[in-house]
Amino acid sequence: MSTKRGPVSEGALSGLVVLDLSEGVAGPFCTRLLSDYGAQVLKVERPGVGDCSRAVGPFPGDQPHPERSGLFLLLNAGKEGITLDVEGERGAEILRELSASADIVVEDLPPGAMARLGLDYQALAAVDPSLIWASISYFGQSGPYREWQGSALVAQAVGGLMAITGEAGREPLRLPGPQAEFQAGLNAAVAILCALHFRDESGQGQHIDVSVQEAVASILESSVLAYGYSGFRRGRLGPRHPLQCPSLLMPARDGLVYVQAGAEWDHFATFLQAPELVEPRLSSPLRYRYADEVEAAIAPRLAERDARELFTAAQEWRIPFALVLGIDELFQDPQYQARGFFRQVEHPAAGTLTYPGAPFRMGETPAEVCRAPLLGEHNEEVYVGRLGMAREEVERLCRAGTI
Amino acid sequence: MPGGDYIGRTPTKALEGLRVIDLSQVYAGPYATKLLADMGAEVIRVECAARSGRGGRLPRTRPGGAFGAQFPGGDTGGRSYNRFAYYNELNRNKYAVTLDLTHPRAVDVFKRLVRISDVVVENFSPRVMGNLGLDYESLREENPGIVMVSISGYGHDGPYRDYVTYGEGIEAMSGLCALTAYPGGGPLKPGVAYADAVSGLLAAFAALAAVRHRRQSGQGQHIDLAMREALTPLLGEALMDYAMNGRVAPPVGNGHPAMAPHGCYRARGEDSWVAIAVTSDEEWRSLCRAMGSPPWAEDGRFASAAGRVAHREQLDGLIGEWTARHDHRELMGSLQRAGVRAGAVLTVDELVADPHLQERGFFEWLTHPEAGTHLHPGVSWRMSRTPGALRLPAPCFGEHNRYVFVGLLGMSEEEMAQLAEEGATAPEPLPWEELFPLDEPYEVED
Repeated sequence: MSTKRGPVSEGALSGLVVLDLSEGVAGPFCTRLLSDYGAQVLKVERPGVGDCSRAVGPFPGDQPHPERSGLFLLLNAGKEGITLDVEGERGAEILRELSASADIVVEDLPPGAMARLGLDYQALAAVDPSLIWASISYFGQSGPYREWQGSALVAQAVGGLMAITGEAGREPLRLPGPQAEFQAGLNAAVAILCALHFRDESGQGQHIDVSVQEAVASILESSVLAYGYSGFRRGRLGPRHPLQCPSLLMPARDGLVYVQAGAEWDHFATFLQAPELVEPRLSSPLRYRYADEVEAAIAPRLAERDARELFTAAQEWRIPFALVLGIDELFQDPQYQARGFFRQVEHPAAGTLTYPGAPFRMGETPAEVCRAPLLGEHNEEVYVGRLGMAREEVERLCRAGTI
Repeated sequence: MPGGDYIGRTPTKALEGLRVIDLSQVYAGPYATKLLADMGAEVIRVECAARSGRGGRLPRTRPGGAFGAQFPGGDTGGRSYNRFAYYNELNRNKYAVTLDLTHPRAVDVFKRLVRISDVVVENFSPRVMGNLGLDYESLREENPGIVMVSISGYGHDGPYRDYVTYGEGIEAMSGLCALTAYPGGGPLKPGVAYADAVSGLLAAFAALAAVRHRRQSGQGQHIDLAMREALTPLLGEALMDYAMNGRVAPPVGNGHPAMAPHGCYRARGEDSWVAIAVTSDEEWRSLCRAMGSPPWAEDGRFASAAGRVAHREQLDGLIGEWTARHDHRELMGSLQRAGVRAGAVLTVDELVADPHLQERGFFEWLTHPEAGTHLHPGVSWRMSRTPGALRLPAPCFGEHNRYVFVGLLGMSEEEMAQLAEEGATAPEPLPWEELFPLDEPYEVED
């Protein structure tokens, strides 16, 4: 299986060339999206070590191997891979040439690092004013914290998400995985397409500054709004929802179900055969004051039934119950199977594995699922084939450590 | 391109000239169109009087605890549909008309609007647009270049197609809740409507990708965005671990399987915390120096990452004793200056007052004619040439009927009056009491 889209299938973003100087999660996730929908993404990695995510698991059999990192394989599917040390001999010059053939550059170096190399947006846009350049960093390109470092945990803390996740009386809790970085990657991807739209209208490129902290602070919704509108500060609510009652996970006989009533309370009470729920106090919109009573009335009705049976029965009544699916259950999920969501992808070093598919379907220009590149896999194709460098020169720069 | 005519002048907004019809409700769809509106698209919300509650002007179901706080000063009184914080944030920079799409004349007006627009965004249950006679095939007959973005819980085909859900259900069904847990604890819901945020961002991305394809090909298309499929890939490491090793790893909470110290530590003051993530031995030594090199830090058990992970609990206890004596924001500053990845767990008031976000001007004041002046999150990213702005407050109900019907569609005043008379448009939503009968006034609870 190739790392690249077949020549026949047209993607929505086909024809766009993205030079990806980022590593880890946020930048690669952004360029993975661009790649899924047709852009040609040229991923530049440091010679020898490559993207830092190659050292992060999971690995098959827990044996670390730079070509078998689950995180790397997932985030870099569909890209072409080359190696380049921009600080090495001719490195900066080669990067300038690569950017000259690109529509979009994505980078996540510490703010100011590209400028010190003479390779920042200002320098390259002077040559090509239509260049679109996205910088992603934990705290953005300006402000007193701009040089501070982050992590998946730290970013959720400083973005305001952790303070409102978890149980009251316990420590704040993060969401699993690098969700703050995913938010930044999504923001960068949308911003890039906005800039592309503007460029297609005006011919002018521009610089985009994405801060992971602000990407998280942008999705706090009711928490930040209640503060802005009436100074209300909400804490951690544990299992309960800030605006609805009931809206929480509750135990059925063999597992948890997410319980929500839907729009019609009487209908919900009838479904559960819980007539006490229709008494005026509990059917009133003020029932959140008696949440303990509401939940106490619901609990025994759930405890006598299996979670999946309750889920299916509730859906037949058009009541929005849900199941808490574990990772293993997702792979067997009938809806995912019917939609062909998970895909088998073959990779020369990691073998054939099941990957999650693209995050949305486009009717005319479907996403294509490809594999991640090996370290430096496309060096010859790019340096000799596309930049027209002599093979001997590429070999020399290889020995010099630039490539 | 309809609406994309700037001959003779340079656009100053990234998406100037892009016209979006927004039929979406609550959060995911309105968040997508908010992002487009912030960047200069002309987003026109189409709202129905009878469905105003579900349209996001008022809560989608009967409200709960912090509900009153979503209104200025906690006052849920008259014309509350124009003063709901949630709506007013998610619909800033947009226009709004009323159309009852169960009315045949309203459907006709809607189709005329489709002819002069670029994108339609909706997040009804998959069967609704078809029932209204407004599925993608019907819209394409009006305008072959139209891009239609449909956001649903489970997607537009498959056995769960007609299952009802909100974002919370999707978080449970996507695998997210099972991993949002303290070590050894049960699943919890995220503190925000995470599925909606992710789906909204992806819907905006999808719309713009399709608009770009139309620029090349002249063809519009339909986008089927299942919120669950948007969310599940964000559990990538856990999915790949199962794919590679058949293993379902238990939740790690704030910890890390290979790094320590890594967690949330109590700081001075009530419910005050600092997050510290040490990712290398060098950072560990920096942390030790920042703590004043206490003798216990020399303990050989803590010298390597493996040793620190193995003795995580003792380590966390010792670090927690130190952090508990200091202010969490001071800890963030001193640790960051020492080269340690640390962040104060910022509460919403601290976030708004954060000097870094203040210098970057992230939160912005926005004045709404009926709701007053309040603080909103700003534009989600910075663009050097077309920065985006909070230009307009959220529209009042039906505020732009005349602008859209007369100004854009060229309707006569008589025709507009006739639409109102026949009930295809409405001057205001159904009264609050009909949607949510009350037995006593709402109040802010703290």
